[in-house]
Amino acid sequence: MSAAIAPMPIEEQVGGRRLRRQQRANDAKTRLSSPWASLIAVVIAILWTIPTFGLLVNSLRGAPGPSSSGWWHFFSAESPFTFSNYSAAWTGNGVPANALGGFLLNTFVIVIPATVIPIALALGAAYAFAWIPFRGRNVLFVMVFALQIVPIQVALIPLLKLYNGWGLTGSFWPIWLSHTMFALPLATFLLHNFIKEIPGSLVEAARIDGAGHVGIFFRVMLPLLVPAIASFAIFQFLWVWNDLLVALTFASGANTKPITPGIQGLTTQFASAADILPAGAMIALIVPLIVFLSLQRFFVRGLLAGSVKG
Amino acid sequence: MDWLHDMIFQPQSTVQKIVVMIFAMALFVALVALIMWLIGRPRVPTWLVFLGFAGPVLIAVSLGLIYPFIRTVLDSFHQFNSVGQAVGWNGLDNYTSYFSGQGNRRMLINTVLWLFLVPILATGLGLVYATLVDRVRGEKFAKALVFLPMAISMVAAGIAWRYIYYQPAPKGDSQIGLLNFLWSLVGGEPTNWLIKYPQGTFAMIIVMVWIQTGFAMTVLSAAIKAVPDDIVEAARIDGASGWKLFTKITVPSIRTTLVVVVTTVAIAALKSFDVVFTMGSNLPSNDILASAFYNAQSTLNYGKAGAAAVLIFILVIPVIAYNVLQMRKADSYR
Repeated sequence: MSAAIAPMPIEEQVGGRRLRRQQRANDAKTRLSSPWASLIAVVIAILWTIPTFGLLVNSLRGAPGPSSSGWWHFFSAESPFTFSNYSAAWTGNGVPANALGGFLLNTFVIVIPATVIPIALALGAAYAFAWIPFRGRNVLFVMVFALQIVPIQVALIPLLKLYNGWGLTGSFWPIWLSHTMFALPLATFLLHNFIKEIPGSLVEAARIDGAGHVGIFFRVMLPLLVPAIASFAIFQFLWVWNDLLVALTFASGANTKPITPGIQGLTTQFASAADILPAGAMIALIVPLIVFLSLQRFFVRGLLAGSVKG
Repeated sequence: MDWLHDMIFQPQSTVQKIVVMIFAMALFVALVALIMWLIGRPRVPTWLVFLGFAGPVLIAVSLGLIYPFIRTVLDSFHQFNSVGQAVGWNGLDNYTSYFSGQGNRRMLINTVLWLFLVPILATGLGLVYATLVDRVRGEKFAKALVFLPMAISMVAAGIAWRYIYYQPAPKGDSQIGLLNFLWSLVGGEPTNWLIKYPQGTFAMIIVMVWIQTGFAMTVLSAAIKAVPDDIVEAARIDGASGWKLFTKITVPSIRTTLVVVVTTVAIAALKSFDVVFTMGSNLPSNDILASAFYNAQSTLNYGKAGAAAVLIFILVIPVIAYNVLQMRKADSYR
């Protein structure tokens, strides 16, 4: 769920301002010529990189490296550079129930429908709230959007009982449904912000050509909304991938457990899993990292367009 | 037939899992196509078209949020037995139970510490960093470094920080945790940071700040770039620079965004239990409200869990209200 926040008044400046920007960039050099400012920036950057860097180093040190000496000793005769932690983590280090390969498969199976379905549903609703004249649509929209403030904790237990009653325990349906339902208030709100900005003249023109709402939605709206969809898709993808609470509640069975509770489980059996833990964490974060680094632009736009899940 | 049933309800093999995923997506597409076909025919009344588009979301949020919310509020006033069945009303007992005993008192104090320290520190550091790297060569790279923790899961973050806070090594051995290594370099006695009170809470607050600063920095950086050039120029001509420019021009210009960032991070700090769950070694003295919720839920004490969830909700309200109020104020200035 997420914080309910109106869109922020932030726009990337473009075009004609470039010249002035350049001028300001030059000015900035005077500002940053202060050695203290640079020093502080560098210190923050280093502090923020150390934990992940240490994890990376530890994931590449041979046993018993990670649990016998600090990572800043790097590689030595007794803890040489090796990729074997990764293969051990992938197969669970002899414990099939810990195999991260299996967890990762479950994460993939969970994350694809849990990203596509809420976006598709929210697009329809956002269109209806913005473009289909209907008495009471504003009240309904405010209701959906206000639900963002409900912490998901409030919804978990009744849903769990509901799913148990329907005989869905042990399958993927509960976690697909839950992620979908929890994502809808924010998704509808964000996409509504984009969809209402589309010029009415385009809709009018399509209507004169004889298109109904279904035609307008698929032929006029969807192509224009691709950037907005990309922004929210990355958002939702990362959120589902990194989620722990919903997974622990609805997908903690052996068949469906995804990677986050999977590596979380390793931390509680620290002694036996000590050597594969850093590699396991690296396996869990590599995909979100690639997604984030390659699609950063869309992700940041999604952040700025409204709010953030947490 | 068994294979099919297992695939849908108890998928075990890789093939079953992938097929059931494709099946679910196909089912969804078929449903959407059916609805669109129904409302796309000529002479369908507008209200039906509206329901066709918005109905699925309205049904989903009613089922997934509104109904459970009401249920949880009711549950929070009930007594539950050890197998998770309601056995009658018990008034406010579930709520008052959180306000007695040393463990609960610490849990509440921790929650307040999280609620205030995480947003203040994350926003402050994010603002400083965004200002310092603004329009510097390599800005993009510098920002990616600080933003990175935001992209990974809090569980992975917790594991990364494990090797900072690692318990002390036996006497004579070299330290495994970076903090204890540095601490002993300056003559301190290595200690198990995560199980002490209140060190454990502060240690985990630092992790949460580490995660959230990237968000604050990104949003504030965009806001700083949106400050009109002429204002900055005018201030510069008047002789403002460095610190003065920062406090007198930059900060007031991005006030609204600052409020949004602080409240968003505060809510994240209030709701997320991942860091405590991964690092707190299940110690009551490290708990916050969100982890108290999870502990009660996992012991099937649905009454206490419901009370914790409702308390989180009650704490979120003033934060949101403050946010909305500040937004209104900012709007009325314009």
